Amino acid sequence: MSDHKTMTLKLIVWRQKNANDPGKFETYTAKNITDHHSFLEMLDCVNEDLILEGREPIVFDHDCREGICGTCSQVINGLPHGGSERTTVCQLHMRLFKDGDTIYIEPWRARAFPILKDLVCDRSALDKIIQSGGYTSCHTGGVSDGNAILIPKPVADESMDAAECIGCGACVAGCPNGAAMLFTSAKVSQLALLPQGKGEAKARVLAMTNTMTDCGFGNCSNHYECQAACPKGIDVKFIARMNREFIKAQI
Amino acid sequence: MILDGKCPTGPIEQTWDKYRFDLKLVNPANKRKYNVIVVGTGLAGAAAAASLGELGYNVQAFCYQDSPRRAHSIAAQGGINAAKNYPNDGDSIYRLFYDTIKGGDYRAREADVWRLAQVSNNIIDQCVAQGVPFARDYAGYLDNRSFGGAQVSRTFFARGQTGQQLLLGAYSALSRQIHLGSVKMYNRREMLDLVVVDGVTRGITVRNLVSGEMESYAADAVCLCTGGYVNVFYLSTNAMGCSVTAIWKAAKKGAFFANPCYTQIHPTCIPQAGDYQSKLTLMSESLRNDGRCWVPKKQNETRLPGQIPEEDRDYYLERKYPSYGNLAPRDIASRAAKEQCDDARGVGPGGRGVYLDFADSINRLSEDTIRERYGNLFEMYEKITADNGYKTPMRIYPAPHYSMGGLWVDYNLMSNVPGLFVLGEANFSVHGANRLGASALMQGLADGYFVIPSTIAGYLATIKPGAVKTDHAEFKKSAADTNAELNKLLNINGKRTVTDFTRELGTLMWNNCGMARNEEGLKEALKKIPAIREEFWQNVKVTGTGAEFNQQLENAGRTADFLEFAELMCRDSLHRNESCGGHFRTEHQTSDGEAMRDDVNYCYSAAWEFKGVDKEPELHKEPLKFEHVHLAVRSYK
Repeated sequence: MSDHKTMTLKLIVWRQKNANDPGKFETYTAKNITDHHSFLEMLDCVNEDLILEGREPIVFDHDCREGICGTCSQVINGLPHGGSERTTVCQLHMRLFKDGDTIYIEPWRARAFPILKDLVCDRSALDKIIQSGGYTSCHTGGVSDGNAILIPKPVADESMDAAECIGCGACVAGCPNGAAMLFTSAKVSQLALLPQGKGEAKARVLAMTNTMTDCGFGNCSNHYECQAACPKGIDVKFIARMNREFIKAQI
Repeated sequence: MILDGKCPTGPIEQTWDKYRFDLKLVNPANKRKYNVIVVGTGLAGAAAAASLGELGYNVQAFCYQDSPRRAHSIAAQGGINAAKNYPNDGDSIYRLFYDTIKGGDYRAREADVWRLAQVSNNIIDQCVAQGVPFARDYAGYLDNRSFGGAQVSRTFFARGQTGQQLLLGAYSALSRQIHLGSVKMYNRREMLDLVVVDGVTRGITVRNLVSGEMESYAADAVCLCTGGYVNVFYLSTNAMGCSVTAIWKAAKKGAFFANPCYTQIHPTCIPQAGDYQSKLTLMSESLRNDGRCWVPKKQNETRLPGQIPEEDRDYYLERKYPSYGNLAPRDIASRAAKEQCDDARGVGPGGRGVYLDFADSINRLSEDTIRERYGNLFEMYEKITADNGYKTPMRIYPAPHYSMGGLWVDYNLMSNVPGLFVLGEANFSVHGANRLGASALMQGLADGYFVIPSTIAGYLATIKPGAVKTDHAEFKKSAADTNAELNKLLNINGKRTVTDFTRELGTLMWNNCGMARNEEGLKEALKKIPAIREEFWQNVKVTGTGAEFNQQLENAGRTADFLEFAELMCRDSLHRNESCGGHFRTEHQTSDGEAMRDDVNYCYSAAWEFKGVDKEPELHKEPLKFEHVHLAVRSYK
């Protein structure tokens, strides 16, 4: 089916046996790659070769492979998700590379994300932030009709802009301070914008920012690397909104 | 054995309310004495775990992903149905019920479908209360769009990410319960066995995917919410980790597997580009609201789409199904696309594709309007294909997407093994032989938020809590057996990779048990599958050890289960000598190529009892009665 010409690439990949291993870079060759391969399919091909040679394949997190589950997490040539605008690793295609390229592949690196193996890290700190307040405290059942409280389109749309976050952690990986401000602010903003979430807005922003700090995430110093790395294009204006919500909650 | 679904009878409008009233309750002070396990945290699992935790049960929830928020429900794009009738276009609970029964080609239970339609409205309210930012109009009212198989607009949506937003809503409710301590969450765990003691479900055996350790968990009831099995085709729109493993392990412990041959092939996916490909990507059915499907009238056409004038195009769905047009149900739209391609009128590499053209809608509404409605889908299409869907028609082709079949459950969502409940895509209950678009999200959340909280009490009230603990011999045996199987895989050290086998099985299933099936092909598959399985167990190569993070071992286990399950799927297809919904037997079609049901002989659900890997399963039937929607030839013309 494939009549494309193929390319050969040099991969320099972070290998780490487990959380306690110091880890190191190793070099591999990716052969017979077409421009229709996705980046992860390119890695699949490398792994198939490694397995047949009796070597350990490269372990990486991935699942939906359509850019929505937020599982894939690789720093490619120094940029989370490879640096293409609004793109996860799984949606990155090899047509962006050329024959003979050298590609560096590393895991997310942040204090709050310990590495488990090779390119896989533990992002449960993001779950902890949500658990501390990223919800409305409604019960199952006993809620009012969906149209009982009107939410004008611009408000619903802005809330949706924030809600698009896929929780991949690229914002943390891209931030020089390892901050989770973009992630946290997206949830804080989504709910603070909606009438359903306003009631608990103060308690929410305080709890979530405290948890953020407790988990070992850094602070924001306005580099905006998070927005550049975000595969969903979440805007840093939500960090400003979170800061306002935070200040309001103090008074 | 004739199976009893325990469906309530009487006026359909009262069935669920009356049944719910008659169910036993567990008093609030006693609820905390009961342990409930929920496996899977998609819409059904997250909603169930959150709701049961909130009620006061002790819940332990498990997912194989690194976070419950990543379950594959997240990938659903287009929307969720509800019978709100906000647009005043004639919708009602009865119409949603009717459309779903008809859409499923009269192979689902009336009572289950009625309940689904009834609670659909509560789901929308629930999600709004959670802060799901559904699309709204400028005045602030909820917006709707249309989906296949319906002539009303009853689909609620959040851009092209409805599944994501609904799942994040359920995940937030789950997170709240985790915070409150009523749910204990276990990430990166894969269920590898169901523990049954004296015929009653007592817990599960899971592998910790990080450490490789085998872990045992006991409970008074287990809810499997582990999704579908179309990765049996290797290439599908499912996530890479989706598998039949959890429900197949349960089937091997006695749970009946119902209608495995009912699989849904979604008409609008991006065509396959090469042999290395790992998955197929869906383009939401909602695109068919504004996109028109066509192929060139001429066979083996070589002109580019823009050079083909109107009179040389065949808008085949509009031609064949004028009243539903491009919104014909999925099974019908998929077969129609295949028919065009088989007739050498397909487009793109290999001729396996049809055009989905937005030019008319862009002219009528503007490119900005189309971008606002489907922007993220066009973006995704361009990333994968490097084509701009606004300028040139998209190319699409059907791909495996959903499984209507699953573990058999009664009206309580309980399988034939007491204490084992099955929710969402993992069960067989409401979609019959074909699922309508925007109904999967509805079912997952209906089961999780509104059905299981009532029905599980009916069971728990009859048993003593905590009867069996993990020190029971059955738990030890289950962990030992599971470990032994993994060690066997690790010790084969053959010459072929796991993926190589998965792909071989998938290709065989796609060719012989895919969009069109016949006796000859199915018999051939039934011969070949055991041979592939045998070679797998002698020649697969799995690197590493069991006591570590080992993705190859995970995949090997899932493929081993697909290799057993695939045989059952073909057997069920072969036994069902009729065409219905997604099950299309080429021997049974009308002169114009439509599915031909045989209601005299096959108006039943087929529930298969596992008897051993190389043994014939036993068929149990549950007759289907249609008292409100009369059996009729399903027509969308």
